[in-house]
Amino acid sequence: MSSSSNLIDALFIFVLAGFIGFEVIRRVSPLLHTPLMSLTNALDAIAVVGAIVLVGEHKSSLSAALGFIAVIAATSNIVGGFLITDRMLRMFKSSRPAPKP
Amino acid sequence: MTAEFAGNQVVIEALYLIASVLFILSLKWMSSPTSARHGIWAGEAGMLLAICGTLLHHGIIDYRLIAIALVLGTIIGIPLGRVAMTAVPQRTALSHAFGALCVTLVGSAEFYLRTPDISRFMMSVLSIEVILGGLTFTGSLMAAGKLQEILPQRPLTYKGQNLVNFLLLAVALGIAVFLVMHPGARNLFPFMILIALAFGVLLIIPIGGADMPTVISLLNAYAGLSAAAMGFVLDSKLLIIAGALDGSSGLILSIIMSKAMNRSFTNVLFGAFGQVQTSAAAGQEERAVRSATAEEAAAILSAANKVIVVPGYGMAVAQAQHKVRELYDGLTKRGVDVRFAIHPVAGRMPGHMNVLLAEADIPYDRLVEMDEINGDFPATDVALVIGANDVTNPAARSDTTSPIYGMPILDVDKAHTVMVIKRSMNPGFAGIDNPLYYLDNTLMLFGDAKAFVGSIVRELSGGHG
Repeated sequence: MSSSSNLIDALFIFVLAGFIGFEVIRRVSPLLHTPLMSLTNALDAIAVVGAIVLVGEHKSSLSAALGFIAVIAATSNIVGGFLITDRMLRMFKSSRPAPKP
Repeated sequence: MTAEFAGNQVVIEALYLIASVLFILSLKWMSSPTSARHGIWAGEAGMLLAICGTLLHHGIIDYRLIAIALVLGTIIGIPLGRVAMTAVPQRTALSHAFGALCVTLVGSAEFYLRTPDISRFMMSVLSIEVILGGLTFTGSLMAAGKLQEILPQRPLTYKGQNLVNFLLLAVALGIAVFLVMHPGARNLFPFMILIALAFGVLLIIPIGGADMPTVISLLNAYAGLSAAAMGFVLDSKLLIIAGALDGSSGLILSIIMSKAMNRSFTNVLFGAFGQVQTSAAAGQEERAVRSATAEEAAAILSAANKVIVVPGYGMAVAQAQHKVRELYDGLTKRGVDVRFAIHPVAGRMPGHMNVLLAEADIPYDRLVEMDEINGDFPATDVALVIGANDVTNPAARSDTTSPIYGMPILDVDKAHTVMVIKRSMNPGFAGIDNPLYYLDNTLMLFGDAKAFVGSIVRELSGGHG
């Protein structure tokens, strides 16, 4: 595959994903804007995949070292982000009685 | 060998595709509190699949270091997921910083691995990635420092500030353009990063606490966009999708926040509130206000049918949310209809008040957005303002000379009685005088929010039993 068609593919994906993001996130209740931000933050830490490859391939000491720190930073966002989002969402209760499980 | 390699690649791409779908579902389910926790599970499942897929990558020879880094990241992440709810704004800023750090480091590593044989397009995207990542990293650290009050919350301004900032950014972009033309000039790369880092610091220095909701959202958008740029560099569709989702989320929140303050992004970032502050504070005049005691406040509240509570950052600072919950319980027991009016920029980040009140076990269907509740104030007996100031300032509606003129506010002044819990008559954070306090139907309740609400609660239960 030529790199220019790769680029076009990537642009398509970026624009379409951005569009989906706008449509989906517009519908998020303002009630949940704080957990929304911590959730997107955790999802954004998917950047960890790039860092993992850097560490694993070990092409140079520099790239492995930078990747190592990057994996730590991203993993802490994944773990912390999901944890706190879950804690926040568990606090949101309705005054209507919840259906018994 | 090639067949195995291709087979692996197909599995990896399939896992990434499933992860992308799960991420989108995750955000879709955030639309309502009843489905939101499914959203977390979808997000976690997607993340797990994506990481497993990545570990199948054919080029990975060293799993030991990866494992150590994953464990260390988890060890740091767990306490960050367990912070107190009052610390959520600074935690969020810190996590923007970590996300941006990851992107910047990966971008830097890729630069040194690929140069000088790098296409111009790739070098351009890589420059965007590390400049955005770098400024988001330091900018978010500064924001976290201000929110944690390690750094002064007041905006720090000096003459020519914007000029300095623009020049710095221009130099960073200039280096980027030069590197696109001559990718062999690797010595320039660290300078580009350093300037981006410095720019992030200087960008946030003049921003005050009241603007934090917009700024955190903007930093969120930058973090997302830098991750999407990283996706272009690594040719990772999954990363492009996640970055685009995060970027659009941050952008939408920034737009909501800036609309709620009636300010443009450029005004928030470059039009520091600092100058306003000094002039408005100087023009303070002596006018009569009426004040009331906790006993009087309790009597008025218990005689009311409809009460709307307006919480603000002051409630968060005083950690008064649990006392507010007791007040809510006491009044509800007496048959008073109590609701909470939430201004989009109340607090220090989008949705800040909702999280604090939910933490105090106040049902979320009692928390009402500004647009939905504003029409109800004229039929409300008491509007109780706790630690909110600018978002209740009627000058925003009528006084064209006010710095906050045009900002949408909660129409508390239209309630029959307004009660404002406030430490003293000192002007609020932005230093803007609030005519609400001098209205005939306004009673000032002077004191610490937590202590004062506590004494109202005691009066209520005392009168009852």
